[in-house]
Amino acid sequence: MRRLRAVKDKTARYFMLGIAIFTILFLLAIGLSLFFKALPIMKEKNLWVLLTSSDWKPFKGDFGFLPFILSTFYVSLIAIIIALPFSILTSIYLNSYASKTVKRFFEPVIDLLSGIPPVIYGIWGTLTIVPLIANKIAPVFVEFSSGYTVLAGGIVLAVMIIPLLISIMVEVFRSIPKEMIDASLSMGATRWQTVKKVILRKSISGIIAATVLALSRAFGETMAVLMVCGNITQIPHSIFDACYPLPALIANNYGEMLSLPSYESALMFSAFLLFIIVVLFNGISRFTLNQIEKRYQF
Amino acid sequence: MIMKQLEEKIFKVIMICAAIVILGVLVFIISTVFYKGLPALTLDMITKLPGGGFYLGKEGGVLNAIAGSVYIILGALAISIVISVPLVMYINFYLPLNSFFSAAIRFSLDILFGIPSIVYGAFGFALMVYLGVRASLLGGILTVAMLIMPIMMRSFDEITRLLSHDLPDALLSLGATKFEMVKVLMRQLMPGLVTAILLAIGRGIGDAATVLFTAGYTDNIPASLNQPAATLPLSIFFQLGSPVEEVQNRAYASAIILTVIILILSFSARYFSSKFSKNKI
Amino acid sequence: METNETITLKKLINSQSIKIENLDVYIDTQHILKDINLTIPEKSITCIIGPSGCGKSTFLKTLNRMHDETPEVKISGKVFVDDENIYDPHVNVIDTRKKMGLLAQRPCPLPMSIFDNVAYGPRIHGIKRRKALNQTVIQYLQYVGLWDEVRERVRTSATRLSIGQQQRLCLARGLAIEPEYILGDEATSALDPLSTKKIEELFIKLKEKYTIILVTHTLRQAKRIADYIIFMYLGQIIEAGPTEEFFNNPKKQLTRDYLSGSFS
Repeated sequence: MRRLRAVKDKTARYFMLGIAIFTILFLLAIGLSLFFKALPIMKEKNLWVLLTSSDWKPFKGDFGFLPFILSTFYVSLIAIIIALPFSILTSIYLNSYASKTVKRFFEPVIDLLSGIPPVIYGIWGTLTIVPLIANKIAPVFVEFSSGYTVLAGGIVLAVMIIPLLISIMVEVFRSIPKEMIDASLSMGATRWQTVKKVILRKSISGIIAATVLALSRAFGETMAVLMVCGNITQIPHSIFDACYPLPALIANNYGEMLSLPSYESALMFSAFLLFIIVVLFNGISRFTLNQIEKRYQF
Repeated sequence: MIMKQLEEKIFKVIMICAAIVILGVLVFIISTVFYKGLPALTLDMITKLPGGGFYLGKEGGVLNAIAGSVYIILGALAISIVISVPLVMYINFYLPLNSFFSAAIRFSLDILFGIPSIVYGAFGFALMVYLGVRASLLGGILTVAMLIMPIMMRSFDEITRLLSHDLPDALLSLGATKFEMVKVLMRQLMPGLVTAILLAIGRGIGDAATVLFTAGYTDNIPASLNQPAATLPLSIFFQLGSPVEEVQNRAYASAIILTVIILILSFSARYFSSKFSKNKI
Repeated sequence: METNETITLKKLINSQSIKIENLDVYIDTQHILKDINLTIPEKSITCIIGPSGCGKSTFLKTLNRMHDETPEVKISGKVFVDDENIYDPHVNVIDTRKKMGLLAQRPCPLPMSIFDNVAYGPRIHGIKRRKALNQTVIQYLQYVGLWDEVRERVRTSATRLSIGQQQRLCLARGLAIEPEYILGDEATSALDPLSTKKIEELFIKLKEKYTIILVTHTLRQAKRIADYIIFMYLGQIIEAGPTEEFFNNPKKQLTRDYLSGSFS
């Protein structure tokens, strides 16, 4: 009987250890398999050319990723620019000003915003943001815009990353010791002075980490952006131009182009690119956030 | 003196405005979907398969997609529960507190959590090609499992970490093996696991990019793992692409179905997690 | 226990600076401070002693209205500082706090340089001129005996100072808002004996100019530096009086029990 218990315990332990190792290796497996799938195109073409050329003619064998890379970058940048002020202000409000009732009311709001599927965001974007840009905003600046633009992608994406930004920033602000805030208040500083000079200052690394994390989320977002940003292979010259981000490129073409091996490899290359950037950004910001969490735990 | 109090007031107003805008956007999104979709939402939508001329605006519903989504999510859940629960137990109760190994696992979970679903989709598809599996229910299940596993592990781990170490210690001092201890603890952690599962379902059921290449699409309810399966988000996406207005309207109606599912999941997850931590924000 | 008896130190001294009338403090439904009536003498050190959880810290926080930050706390009664009830609706909390320099239990430098820490108070109260700021900072750093130790690195982060230095920095920071009162909440409990001694010496030096109110966790410290003692128990003031009289000739049985170490 005792023996059996010990055996059970040991079996369970090894099983768990196996899973734990598998989890870490899994990340590596994804990276490696994407890398090997992308290898043919990297051998065929110069990596520099792949990244900086803007010639995209898959059937002629030209694979320049620049339009897609820039599209991804622009859309994400606009999303961050829009989302950041709203997120910072709201998180400060929730952390330092709001009553318990307001906080409790806001939790499900953030939950829902982060829970709404990308397709729904896409629908909302096509129904409201796209016509708004085409009919109201763009005519002020340019002659014509379909509405399916960098700006539309940026706005939809901004709403999608706001819950992520807010939930991390609220955590970051909360990790500031209460004594420090009290020290400032007890000297007769107003709440806003305390926020400006103590809280924001203390949280700057956390805010940057949250931003990087949100940026990497924005890079990878597929369906919603695909539905509103036009998907035209070009380097966008203004926010009222259509664009074609990397994830949309994969989603629209992958699975159908298996007959063209270099095309498949090229698409895998973009997935690999996305993977590397996201892992890098995520790694840096998660590491920073973990440090912050550790430093203020007592 | 007046200046700084004025500044205080102004910024407070700005902050409240920012919060209201965010709330407003949420209301705006949900009401847009309901406004556009309600006219086309009929009982047929959720009880019938697409009929003959469905994609031209004729008879039918999206039962194929609902069923496909449910099958895929159930399968993915089964896989990820079997892997998540032991892993979380392992890093919390087997590994020493603050060990490097558990930190490494948590770190890789954080990163896996951040990998875009399209990358999981591409990886899943590459894996399926390698294994000789066609786009099917099985492929969808495997890929969605990859997507939701880190979500489930992280949120279950977060809740498990809150558990005080008194009970585990008490159990061990009674002479229980660690495995027996974990079995007892699991009973206490059940609401936490339920929260994690609900969150994972919410994410898995709404994601289109993972199943885009891996699950395929069909007008029927898949009868075996090898058959392709439709999913709700893809069904919405494809219907939207149709030039026929009735079909587009049904896409909006399908979007209502998906939104309602997400609303229910989100609120029940909050209900279960509120049993653990009082004020999370 | 004589809850309604007004305990006052007034008869012992001529001037008065803080006067408290019928103060009750509730946190949620818990009655934390019960009908406090008290006068705290000017330009001297008053130590508040009592077992932990007796309401010492809560009491201290009512003096600079830090309870404003926690909505669960309900306060009734009057606290007169310089003949003005600070809980009067028209009184600005910022003005009240500006009169009180607070020294917390754990030294808590703000996330900025040593210089900026001391300059923080003057800056938020509107002093911008660099020359004036420089002067203030040097003056108060000198006052707490930190200037010579840090003169080379006043522009470096304050968190790199030793914990004892940090506490003196916090004192300098508190003094720089030019308060009339100094509140200390177990201000030496985190420090080593040597740093404690330095802070205590500073308090003795400071009482020439300031009224000092300290919550302390050790009877010995109270004996060493206090002019007046207030003994609190379960939210009430049991006994108050000049230090010598209090320790040598306590009037209440509860005080005698506490001093003899029957409970703590």
